[in-house]
Amino acid sequence: MEVAAGGGCGAGPPLLLSESEQQCYSELFARCAGAASGSPGPGPPEATRVAPGTATAAAGPVADLFRASQLPPETLHQITELCGAKRVGYFGPTQFYVALKLIAAAQSGLPVRTESIKCELPLPRFVMSKSDAEIRFGNPAELHGKKVQIPYLTTEKNSLKRMDDEDKQETPSPTMSPLASPPSSPPHYQRVSLSHGYSKLRSGTEQMQPASYETRQPIGQPEGSSSEGPGSKPLRRQASLIRSFSVERELQDNSINYPDEPWRITEEQREYYVNQFRSLQPDPNSFISGSVAKNFFTKSKLSIPELSYIWELSDADCDGALTLPEFCAAFHLIVARKNGYPLPEGLPPTLQPEYLQAAFPKSKWECAIFDSYSESMPANQQPCDLNRMETSVKDMADFPVPTQDATTGDDKQALKSTVTEPLPKDLSEDTATNSGLLPPPPALPPRPCQTQSEPVTEADLHPQLNRAPSQAAESSPAKKDAPHAQPPSKPIRRKFRTENQTTESQEPAAAVGGAASAAVVKPHPTVQKQSSKQKKAIQTAIRKNKEANAVLARLNSELQQQLKEVHQERIALENQLEQLRPVTVL
Amino acid sequence: MAVCIAVIAKENYPLYIRSTPTENELKFHYMVHTSLDVVDEKISAMGKALVDQRELYLGLLYPTEDYKVYDYVTNSKVKFVMVVDSSNTALRDNEIRSMFRKLHNSYTDVMCNPFYNPGDRIQSRAFDNMVTSMMIQVC
Repeated sequence: MEVAAGGGCGAGPPLLLSESEQQCYSELFARCAGAASGSPGPGPPEATRVAPGTATAAAGPVADLFRASQLPPETLHQITELCGAKRVGYFGPTQFYVALKLIAAAQSGLPVRTESIKCELPLPRFVMSKSDAEIRFGNPAELHGKKVQIPYLTTEKNSLKRMDDEDKQETPSPTMSPLASPPSSPPHYQRVSLSHGYSKLRSGTEQMQPASYETRQPIGQPEGSSSEGPGSKPLRRQASLIRSFSVERELQDNSINYPDEPWRITEEQREYYVNQFRSLQPDPNSFISGSVAKNFFTKSKLSIPELSYIWELSDADCDGALTLPEFCAAFHLIVARKNGYPLPEGLPPTLQPEYLQAAFPKSKWECAIFDSYSESMPANQQPCDLNRMETSVKDMADFPVPTQDATTGDDKQALKSTVTEPLPKDLSEDTATNSGLLPPPPALPPRPCQTQSEPVTEADLHPQLNRAPSQAAESSPAKKDAPHAQPPSKPIRRKFRTENQTTESQEPAAAVGGAASAAVVKPHPTVQKQSSKQKKAIQTAIRKNKEANAVLARLNSELQQQLKEVHQERIALENQLEQLRPVTVL
Repeated sequence: MAVCIAVIAKENYPLYIRSTPTENELKFHYMVHTSLDVVDEKISAMGKALVDQRELYLGLLYPTEDYKVYDYVTNSKVKFVMVVDSSNTALRDNEIRSMFRKLHNSYTDVMCNPFYNPGDRIQSRAFDNMVTSMMIQVC
């Protein structure tokens, strides 16, 4: 079978696909396209705009699929470029097939070249995609049923939000669960995400979430549905993963025991917290001083008494400084509070420092667990920092500043589509946003107002976002501000994404202006440079304003205090005066 | 044991006052207030020479018909005033001292909280709990 990919592919050689390849690719494409067409946001807009009627695979599922291939990001970039998706701005069938072929080539060790795809290659292996699909399909009941903890948990994850999207639109279809199998995937994904520093993390944790909340089917599904050759490969892979990650499975099992607890820190949250900790204090074994932590947590916009109480709960040894587990507990409490959970009377057992340190062993803190990948985390933190920063950037970008406003309902709907967009973008943002992340967390932006005011501009952003993962330069400034804005707040992820998207959209939209939508098919580099500069300028200004706001707020509280003291002095003086006045006056 | 515990700031305004609810709280407030004069007197009487090793525990300030008032001053001039029921004759000096020590420790824990500005009213729940435990022992 041949797919004349000459037109779509940048290189031009006709794509020869074997029967199994054709079958596999078409199924993958159908899934990605189906997922895309299902979700309201990314698929249709870009499809309609770019090529009405043409089946396109949304960047989100495609990006997930690519990441599931466990190739390094650079390779995936290359593949995306080669297959022509970047050029045309979407993943049509030809681009998709070429990309899959290139992935297979890369996985076989061949260089990513168009010549590589001419030869017979094994089918590309995707370990994650199945779990993704299963997550999407397996969670609808839980996600919408358990309002208390599930929303809390789902809000923690962008990918879960995406899941909701597709859940709502697609009926859970076991047949869609493709190549990989879930049981081992969560731990695997943890590893992968850590090692790659991707939003794989999100997928991994989203995988963990459903796994821990449902005694599923996923185990049965993969076997049943993966009937093709590629299926067997992930299964074999999965078996090895299962063996090697028994510890993490246990961890996951532990979490299964407490599905209702909002005080349980998920893996993804933990990653985020650890990254935040690192941003404040590079050494994960030392602690953050009180004033630094105070500044950081003040940005969450919780009231001072609440923050004081949270500190009281989390600083177990009352030393005025937060170690990493204490910091995670405090952060988690803040997030919970922002999500509307009342603060507990005492520190929940799952947030105790001992528990946190036991549950997430030191190696995780130091990201030294996984060594089977080339990017494995060494024990020293420097290389870890880079990846963690990347992850954190991505995470923070995805989890923008929290807001307690509950007005994001419609925003969520509108923005769910945008969830998929940032994910592929995140791939390329990492390196660029690294530098932006390292400076001390600036004041949080007034995201709530931004959120509500800018739901419309997302549409502008979608085209840009959909174009290609490699819009690093463009997205990084947007992400820069988002990460800075988020620090202490990780509330409802939907809102975050909403705000994130809003911020991104409003900044790029502001920067790029109306040209955004018009410039969809224009060459990307020029537009990117222009908008990125403007974005950076705007973000810098915003950041400065926020810092000034925070300083002024603190000044205000101090002055209030002084005012109180003066009042009391005045009362005392008046009393004295009364006493000194001669009695005969009365 | 204690019927009323108060934490007074350096400038003699209260940071924290807690009395057993069954009693007339205002009376206790008044007693604490008047005791401040006695405290100041004692502090100044101690003289400059003793400033370094000043006894933090000032002991019994004055006994009234029903109550005894004890006081404890920190180096930052934060005063802990405790009103104790006179009928509790079994209360020994050492016990009072230990209670003040606990108070002082809790107070420093409150201070460690970066969100607490010195001079604020103490709203720490841990502190509350500790004080309540000391007072509940009365009954």
